[in-house]
Amino acid sequence: MATADAAHHGEHHAHPTGILRWITTTNHKDIGTLYLLFSLSMFMVGGLMALIIRAELFQPGLQVVDPHFFNQMTTMHALVMIFGAVMPGFVGFANWMLPMMIGAPDMALPRLNNWSFWILPFAFTMLLSSLLTAGGGPASGWTLYAPLSIQGGMSVDMTIFAIHMMGVSSILGAINVIVTIFNMRAPGMTLLKMPLFVWTWLITAFLLIAVMPVLAGVVTMLLTDRHFDTAFFNPAGGGDPVMFQHIFWFFGHPEVYILILPAFGIISEIIPTFSRKPLFGYTTMVLATAGIAFLSFIVWAHHMFTVGMPLAGELFFMYSTMLIAVPTGVKVFNWVSTMWRGALTFETPMLFAIAVVFLFTIGGFSGLMLAITPADFQYHDTYFVVAHFHYVLFSGSIMAMMGGAYYWLPKWTGHMYDEKLGKTHFWLNTIFFNITFFPQHFLGLAGMPRRIPDYALQFTEFNVISSIGAFGLGLSQLLFVYVVIKCVRGGEKASDEVWEQPRGLEWTVPSPAPYHTFETPPRVA
Amino acid sequence: MTAAAQQPPANRRLILRLVLAVFAMFGFGFALVPLYDVFCDITGLNGKTGVTDSRTVEATPIDKDRWVTVEFTGNAASGLPWEFRPTVAKMEVQPGALTRATYIARNTSNRTVVGRAIPSVTPGEAAAHFKKTECFCFTEQYLDAGETKEMTVQFVVEPDIPRSVNTITLSYAFFNAEKYVKQKTGKAKHQDTKLEKAHPGKKS
Repeated sequence: MATADAAHHGEHHAHPTGILRWITTTNHKDIGTLYLLFSLSMFMVGGLMALIIRAELFQPGLQVVDPHFFNQMTTMHALVMIFGAVMPGFVGFANWMLPMMIGAPDMALPRLNNWSFWILPFAFTMLLSSLLTAGGGPASGWTLYAPLSIQGGMSVDMTIFAIHMMGVSSILGAINVIVTIFNMRAPGMTLLKMPLFVWTWLITAFLLIAVMPVLAGVVTMLLTDRHFDTAFFNPAGGGDPVMFQHIFWFFGHPEVYILILPAFGIISEIIPTFSRKPLFGYTTMVLATAGIAFLSFIVWAHHMFTVGMPLAGELFFMYSTMLIAVPTGVKVFNWVSTMWRGALTFETPMLFAIAVVFLFTIGGFSGLMLAITPADFQYHDTYFVVAHFHYVLFSGSIMAMMGGAYYWLPKWTGHMYDEKLGKTHFWLNTIFFNITFFPQHFLGLAGMPRRIPDYALQFTEFNVISSIGAFGLGLSQLLFVYVVIKCVRGGEKASDEVWEQPRGLEWTVPSPAPYHTFETPPRVA
Repeated sequence: MTAAAQQPPANRRLILRLVLAVFAMFGFGFALVPLYDVFCDITGLNGKTGVTDSRTVEATPIDKDRWVTVEFTGNAASGLPWEFRPTVAKMEVQPGALTRATYIARNTSNRTVVGRAIPSVTPGEAAAHFKKTECFCFTEQYLDAGETKEMTVQFVVEPDIPRSVNTITLSYAFFNAEKYVKQKTGKAKHQDTKLEKAHPGKKS
């Protein structure tokens, strides 16, 4: 079993250099960097797919791609962004920051850590190469609903295996996080002294362990339905296609909190630093996170209000979904209270954090609208849903990661990033984000269906605005890449603290953080 | 030495538990398949039609004051080379009265094909009060090449059906079940195709 071999780390023997260093590394900082770079590259790939979608939707009619390829793009954009950009991105942050935040020398299981990462490039090579197979890539939407996904070609099998591999990677990563947090904390670092980012990741890791196996199970059922004559989802053999949706969303709803809880953690680190106040309501933050995680298991059917559930079911899932607004509201109010009467400054990470609080809350409110069952019959599968989940995923998860990247880049590289360019990136990103996705609310309310390459003429104006915004949003990310590269290559020397009296052990080590930190555990008062 | 070196046994225990949890959740995903059925049976939330026996039906008083329209539809799913339709489009029935309806199925291919019918009742709130004593959907149905068969469903609309329900639609989708039925030795037994006018209801 790949447990930490401490003696190995203590020796400081020569590391392999070049590409072998990255392939064989067991260092949490190296692996964190790999995860983050992988996430960034998948973000670009998924973004390109989004631009193909928006190019087609720039005008009514079919201009750029054929409808089947359009469907492949919507499917792949989601799979790549969820499993390739957001999840590995957060694992990258966890790798870099968790050991430093709890005063541990490394992750508990370094070799396993290496393996968790290196599964991913293979998984995504398989997933992306399915686009080249006869009949093209998966085109059933990322949710892979049966019976459509049972009828797909070979690409569906490749997608299923890729999902299995991503699942193994996330589960191994989650095990590593839990063991690290439970067993590797510095003396005095009690659970309720842990930074909130550590807490949110601990809870996320438990969610991953609980639901990634369920996803693996349900896609395995798809696979056997496709090839081995089982009938989980085929009524001809006594199965039920709606069963797929139930099992999928039993995974799927906790999954959306897997995608957002670490983001909550990141901005709970950023806001206190730039407010120069401790986080307001730390304990309630922890409890709210746990509450959200618990509720995520009993709300799944709000994704499928229109399948013909009995009234009692619709009511239960409506009320339980609305209940989630309570712990989420606690969080939002705590962030605002942290800023209240703080000595605020607005460096790039803080700008991102404030934007996340504001825009995520808009996404939360549109989520509440969708939770109202009778209203959902109007909104279901329209662009309103697309607008909703981009407000929580892009301006929630992705922008929190960008803020986190600016926040910790000086610690990672030893250089300050270019503040002016960082702010420029923030404003371009945030303005174009809203230009892209805000009109989609109106499109959805007016009845434009999602996952459709063509639309009725009355939707043209908002689609034109949305497409222009999307290209601006995509291009502004090139600036982000430039700022990161510039920061890695040089810049003003960052101090150990980087910011003004930030809280957390990561600011007590030099900048850039040495290859090995906390080989002697710090003492936490 | 670092903290990690002192803790391998603790790590090992925790890892073991977490790995067990992963396998348990993988199994739980599969267990959800029967669990959903059990849960829906207990709570009656599944919107499926129920089964009853003729003795219970005979013990139920017929609501002479009320007529409910029952509509019939049916279709053969793609992949099943059958023609399939109800013999009557709709009938008026009295709640509590056992009623018989028939469908006609014809195999248009030149081989024996086995099909399975999946019933569905709308509106959903009527489903729990729509019960069958006999139905061709209880078992797989075999049709020889070119064979035509009349298929029977015997049902009762329970008297406690909500007052707001005046029309019930019974719909069957017939699927090709060849893939799922192991080649049975010999032919399946034919159902009695003779029509009895037991409770024909008020045909319209």
